Amino acid sequence: MTATADTTALEFGKARVRKEDARLITGRTRYTDAITPPGTLHVAVVRSPLAHARITGIDTAEAKRAPGVHGVYTVSDLGADEVGMPCAWPITPDQKAPQRPVLAKDTVHFAGEGVAVVVARSAAEAKDAADLVEVDYDPLDPVLDMEAALAEGATLVHPDLGTNESATWVFDSGEAGTGGSVADAIAAAEADPDQVVVRRRFRQQRLVPAFMEPRSCVVDPTGEQIVIWSATQVPHILRTMTTVTLGIPESKLRVIAPDVGGGFGGKIGVLPEEMMTVLLARKLGRPVKWTETRSECMLTAHHGRDQIQDLTITAKKDGTITGLDVRLLADMGAYLGLVGPGVPVLGAFMFNAIYKIPAYRFQTTNVFTTKTLTDAYRGAGRPEATFGVERIIDELAVELGREPLELREQNWIKHEEFPFTTVCGLTYDSGNYEQATARAKELFDYDALRREQAERRERGDKVQLGIGISTFTEMCGLAPSRVLGSLAYGAGGWEAASIRMLATGKVEVITGASAHGQGHETAFSQIVADKLGVPFEDVEILHGDTASSPKGLDTYGSRSLVVGGIAITMAADKVIEKAKKIAAHLLEADEADIEFSAGQFTVRGTDKGKAIQEIAFAAFMAHDYPEGMEPSLDSDAVYDPENFSFPHGTHLAAMEVDTETGRVNLRHYVCVDDIGNVVNPLIAEGQVHGGLAQGIAQALFEEANYDDQGTLVNGTFVDYTLPSAADLPSFTTEIVSTPATSNPLGVKGVGEAGTIASTPAIVNGVLDAVRHLGVADIQMPTTSQRVWRAIQEAQGRSTQETPIDTHSPGAGLGSIDPNNPQGEVQ
Amino acid sequence: MAEVRVTVDGVNYADEVEPRMLLVQYLRERLGKTGTLIGCDTSNCGACTVHLNGQSVKSCSVLAVQADGGEVLTIEGLARDGQLHPVQAAFNECHGLQCGYCTPGMIMAAVDLLGDNPDPDEGEVREGIEGNLCRCTGYQNIVRSVQRAAQMMKPGASAPTETPAPVAGD
Ligand code: FES
Ligand code: FES
Repeated sequence: MTATADTTALEFGKARVRKEDARLITGRTRYTDAITPPGTLHVAVVRSPLAHARITGIDTAEAKRAPGVHGVYTVSDLGADEVGMPCAWPITPDQKAPQRPVLAKDTVHFAGEGVAVVVARSAAEAKDAADLVEVDYDPLDPVLDMEAALAEGATLVHPDLGTNESATWVFDSGEAGTGGSVADAIAAAEADPDQVVVRRRFRQQRLVPAFMEPRSCVVDPTGEQIVIWSATQVPHILRTMTTVTLGIPESKLRVIAPDVGGGFGGKIGVLPEEMMTVLLARKLGRPVKWTETRSECMLTAHHGRDQIQDLTITAKKDGTITGLDVRLLADMGAYLGLVGPGVPVLGAFMFNAIYKIPAYRFQTTNVFTTKTLTDAYRGAGRPEATFGVERIIDELAVELGREPLELREQNWIKHEEFPFTTVCGLTYDSGNYEQATARAKELFDYDALRREQAERRERGDKVQLGIGISTFTEMCGLAPSRVLGSLAYGAGGWEAASIRMLATGKVEVITGASAHGQGHETAFSQIVADKLGVPFEDVEILHGDTASSPKGLDTYGSRSLVVGGIAITMAADKVIEKAKKIAAHLLEADEADIEFSAGQFTVRGTDKGKAIQEIAFAAFMAHDYPEGMEPSLDSDAVYDPENFSFPHGTHLAAMEVDTETGRVNLRHYVCVDDIGNVVNPLIAEGQVHGGLAQGIAQALFEEANYDDQGTLVNGTFVDYTLPSAADLPSFTTEIVSTPATSNPLGVKGVGEAGTIASTPAIVNGVLDAVRHLGVADIQMPTTSQRVWRAIQEAQGRSTQETPIDTHSPGAGLGSIDPNNPQGEVQ
Repeated sequence: MAEVRVTVDGVNYADEVEPRMLLVQYLRERLGKTGTLIGCDTSNCGACTVHLNGQSVKSCSVLAVQADGGEVLTIEGLARDGQLHPVQAAFNECHGLQCGYCTPGMIMAAVDLLGDNPDPDEGEVREGIEGNLCRCTGYQNIVRSVQRAAQMMKPGASAPTETPAPVAGD
């Protein structure tokens, strides 16, 4: 039992292949739907086809008689009339929050809302019977447009609230004392011929997170603790919220997030279906399973984004930015999600981005509509903010006739100015925008592409080249609990970890950060292997089960490594502290003379030593250990960060636009991200790739489209155009590292970077290709049809309207027909 | 009820099934082969891809009875004698998966693709796996994985060097 760690090779920084892959590549997986305790009954939800309607009757008689059916229930049948789904983020004291029921009671507020539920022996029987439930509706007007919803006399989504406005949240640097007054800055700029004022309206379209595993929940009520398996990002929050929502004591609940097939924020919610499954299982005394279909998922799992952004930027003619004003309308959908109202607020601190802006004001008005609710989607507020600021910087460059990258550089925080306190009062601990940008330009061959662009313009090439830029930062590591408290968020932002040293020297690490594809098991094992000087293979990571990891705040906001990882290192430090005492005792040395390195405790200046595994065994035997000490090395830690971390990067996109057809081609994408120290470059790169694909898809392909009746018209994978492999190129990604100074590992977080940065890079690139033709803006997704139409209109040619261009060419899935690239528009 | 006789991952089965039962439901619900996953209800995602008589099919678009007399290979039967198939090994080596939900289908599609085209270029891989959606990886490392597998499968190529340690199924 001696140490076997190779002291020459640190695990930190090693591109290790993932240990969790073994089960995932062989099909030995346990996603929630695979869990079927004996006697499990299956649930099918009867959902409203209408966006807004009064329920005038529900006839369940025939469904109840169908074969295999155990019961058909409305919300009253479940005894859940008073149950309301939780919203954990009252962004203002007077925020209007309607009760979100488990199943609609009198009125449905969005298409897809549950109305009744069928429980049957098999999923097929439950679905068959659900079709037999007759629901009578009295249709009401849908509420679809945010501005119309706020207008006088608008139909109200929740008449008892008296308004469709949920809340308005404001940050004003003048009032906060962190900067000047933006109203003054705008007035000054308007009066000054040496300044410019640029006003733009941008649209952040509605997106569907579209994680690949549909949501699922299994509840087994037969033991002392009710066991809930759920395809969730947040098992710990789900446990607490089940108590809050249903009043079942937390100690009577065990929540397990088994293998989870992606989330991207989309599985951060606490679902009516989860609560319904708990209620049914308790009522029937048998395990109950709910697994949604993809169509249900598209329709009812929360959506992301959906903002109207009105931005005003002021600058001196020499390019110095003097103020930024942001006014958002944010579509909440029909109810408030768990953290939905706070999503735009997370963007409030990011609109100023990497720039030195002396005066800043942010306002979001959150609006109810009769659509699916919105909540976190990869980046949650920060992609929206980054899009807004990176787009308007380009607009400012156009206005001033400046090179857009130079204008950015003129205004950004220089590397020698860190730590830098922004106009929002956040302190960016470290960064080096010059370094990331220089490297990105080099990899991209920026100057050569600019020359090619000029040359193509000059000869009037039908395929024009645009260069899209995004120099972004984000705040990661959500979050310092006190900051969350000051924003009225309903929880802290700490994370917990425990380390158990087993008798044989193997190590169990318990983390509250629950993975769903991010590679925690590998990355955390690497950290612990180094800290304790044990082999990587000897470390086991336990997560996602409140029985084994009772304490945690789960995974979102690029927090697992930056908060959870630090908790693990703190627990490891405590293990070492305890082990040191036992080592000193066994080696008959003074504790102050004990040194620890690479798994070995040695007495300074001698060759006497003991391996950490020997100490673990000695602690287990407990025959000989210091007086006054417990015979255990096991340690817990909870880490509450002092600050966020601030990864940043420079993203460049070469966009080709066929000016005759509007076809957009992403020719080359380069990004250089500064994510601080990197535990595992292979995993970090994978996170960047996946993030890029989602951000690029927002720019080019995706939008959840509603018709004028409030029906989601592209609620399947047939027509919601998730990109396939054939729709995307390979990216050139590189990582540079300016270590974070705000945490002991120097890490910053990487999960959301690609998504946050890439959307504006793509749109800026598309516009850059066609601006000289007179095109000023193109809404996302910039499908061929929209681009073509924008070019036609800029050239003074008329185009015919097509209502919804869901099926428009260039909308992904290799849908571009080369023979008819304009699609429907002829 | 209809009868279906089928060999799945080397084991013979004879079952009575509802005529409307999909092959993927049969695999998951009757045989407990939950390694094959369901990601959609419109035959778009490819998560359910298996091989039927040597060809990759979306098992959500095949009825169980259509597999009668046939041979099905799922992700669970791909590794032989404790040896990963080169495509599985390459997905691990090249980080071709994150959450793993698309992975069984992606691997089965890739095995079929490499059967038809043992040395695909990047474009051919991208076209070849177009029917399999992944939300996590941005496809880049999936493409790398497939091309790496092609290398490994070339006659005379040596076996992969680093494969994941086996872990107990939970
Ligand atoms: S489940 Fe078969 S293609 Fe999606
Ligand atoms: S790895 Fe998650 S969907 Fe592909």
